[in-house]
Amino acid sequence: MKQTGKKVLLLCFWLLLLFVMQQTQIMSNTLKLILQYIAIYSIMVLGINIINGYLGIFSLAHAGIMAIGGYTSSLISMYLLKAPFFFPINLLLGGIVGMIFGLIVALPSFTVKGDYLAIITLGFSLLVQSLLQNIDAVGASRGLRPIPKNTNIFWVGFTLLLAIILVKRFVNSKYGRSLLAIRNDPVAAELVSVDVKHAKLVAFGLSSFLIALSGGLICHLLSYTNPGAYGYSLIIEGLIMVYLGGVGSITGSILGATIWQILVETLRFIGMWRWILGAIILISLMIFKPTGLFGNKEFSLQWLRQIMRNRKEKRAIHDE
Amino acid sequence: MSMYLQQLINLIQLGSIYALLAIGFSIVYGIARLVNFAHGPIFMVSTYLIFYFATFMYEFTANSWLVYACSLLFAVILTASLAVLIEKLAYRPLRGGPVVALVVSSVGVGMILEYGVLLLIGPVPKRMPVLIKDIPFMIGDAKISLASIVIIIVAILSMVLLSLFINHTRTGIALRAVSQDPIAASFMGISRSFIISVAFILGAVMATIGASLYTTIYFTFAPYMGDRVNWYSFIAAVLGGIGNIKGAVLGGFVLATLNVVGAMVLPVSTYKDVLVFAVLILVLLIKPTGLLGKKVIEKV
Repeated sequence: MKQTGKKVLLLCFWLLLLFVMQQTQIMSNTLKLILQYIAIYSIMVLGINIINGYLGIFSLAHAGIMAIGGYTSSLISMYLLKAPFFFPINLLLGGIVGMIFGLIVALPSFTVKGDYLAIITLGFSLLVQSLLQNIDAVGASRGLRPIPKNTNIFWVGFTLLLAIILVKRFVNSKYGRSLLAIRNDPVAAELVSVDVKHAKLVAFGLSSFLIALSGGLICHLLSYTNPGAYGYSLIIEGLIMVYLGGVGSITGSILGATIWQILVETLRFIGMWRWILGAIILISLMIFKPTGLFGNKEFSLQWLRQIMRNRKEKRAIHDE
Repeated sequence: MSMYLQQLINLIQLGSIYALLAIGFSIVYGIARLVNFAHGPIFMVSTYLIFYFATFMYEFTANSWLVYACSLLFAVILTASLAVLIEKLAYRPLRGGPVVALVVSSVGVGMILEYGVLLLIGPVPKRMPVLIKDIPFMIGDAKISLASIVIIIVAILSMVLLSLFINHTRTGIALRAVSQDPIAASFMGISRSFIISVAFILGAVMATIGASLYTTIYFTFAPYMGDRVNWYSFIAAVLGGIGNIKGAVLGGFVLATLNVVGAMVLPVSTYKDVLVFAVLILVLLIKPTGLLGKKVIEKV
């Protein structure tokens, strides 16, 4: 009971903080924008991490799913439910449509493995992109504009919290444990009667839901979107954020998105050098810590205490 | 009738270029088990090398055959050394670690190459000087350019040379051994590091030859072209069965057929990408290891 009380208190505090950030001018608009970028990409990376990290499938479908989520919610708020207070519903609808497509992408993963699956998911992403480029009803390559500017720091923060809670509960559930079993050995997992197909479906569904939500948020933040944004570079950027922060970790997802967005947004003055810097950081990270900064670990007080204790013990041994 | 003949020549030249690219991709995959996201950027870098050397050569001579041969040789040597360097710096320290780390590292390498060229040379597309002289001649009432014939000959010649190398030299046999079973190969005294370097060199050489032929058809090129080339070679390699050289050739030709026929049949030519991806997904759903891929039985 005490735990729940604490959690509710924390939740209220977070919402209050967001509300204050939204309503007052304590932060400059640039800072607000960067924070929103970080939070939106964190949501996306959390989604990708479920498949690429916890389930261990090298999927490249996130660009396509994000495009579907973004376009669906933008179209709804442009033509159907225009009032700003419908925004959460539009976002949710975008997420659900994205989830349906995610479930379709999950189907090939039952039979196709490894790099072949990677190419199917890549094909899916690029297929969605070229369809959007060709369908005139959704603006073809001109894209959509103006999308109502409904995203604000309150909704972004709220969705991020929702995403973290969802992923955390999911990972610690029966499904989360079966994902780990599948990642370590799919055949062995099936032999000890893990329902591999069911687990994969649920994982793809949740993952695409989150990615599609982030797509909706980013469209309503920029009030503009076009198919070019959901191509090869988005796929690569998503991968970088996942593997930078750490596979199979919630902390890692948020950290990866934060580091990459700060790198991209605050180092604008060094121009294109920031991409080269980012790539060098990425390669050296892969050489020295191939699972990313927080690979398969979570940040918590317990974890900090453990590290402190280890360090103390090491020092004690050293002193002896 | 003449239109079909022209399209057929088109198809064969495009197919042989895609095949070269897919072969390079496939060899690296077969030996190093790496989905090389730096393959397209290496292609792009080699295009720039050819461009600068060819422009330089035209200051001294007007003979396009000489210029083509020399700049191709020059670019092949430099690109191959670049590939070896990349392998030493970015891939070798990662060997034995998780496969995904290798792939992510190649993403990083691709970014460095792409943005490096962007920084040094700039984003403005450049136009390649004439490498293979275009002398049109007529067969019946179809206009066929000599360049297309030369492109096809060069591509087929390099594929034949490659297959001679792989099937009949000691290094080639070692290459096949490593791709079949790396551990058993190392028991036979084959140096895996050396063979991996050879695979990267072969990949780079194929990409460079492909680049010289590609720019003969399309002339203009820009730093961003690497991305598109990268997924085209990835798709062609996977369509045929990744790691399999015959499969890569087949995949390249299937891709070219889809492109050429798609552009002819579909109302809007931009729909041809949709067609390519749809066919790709369909093929992999029916035959999950590509057209010529072997089925692997998984064991615990």
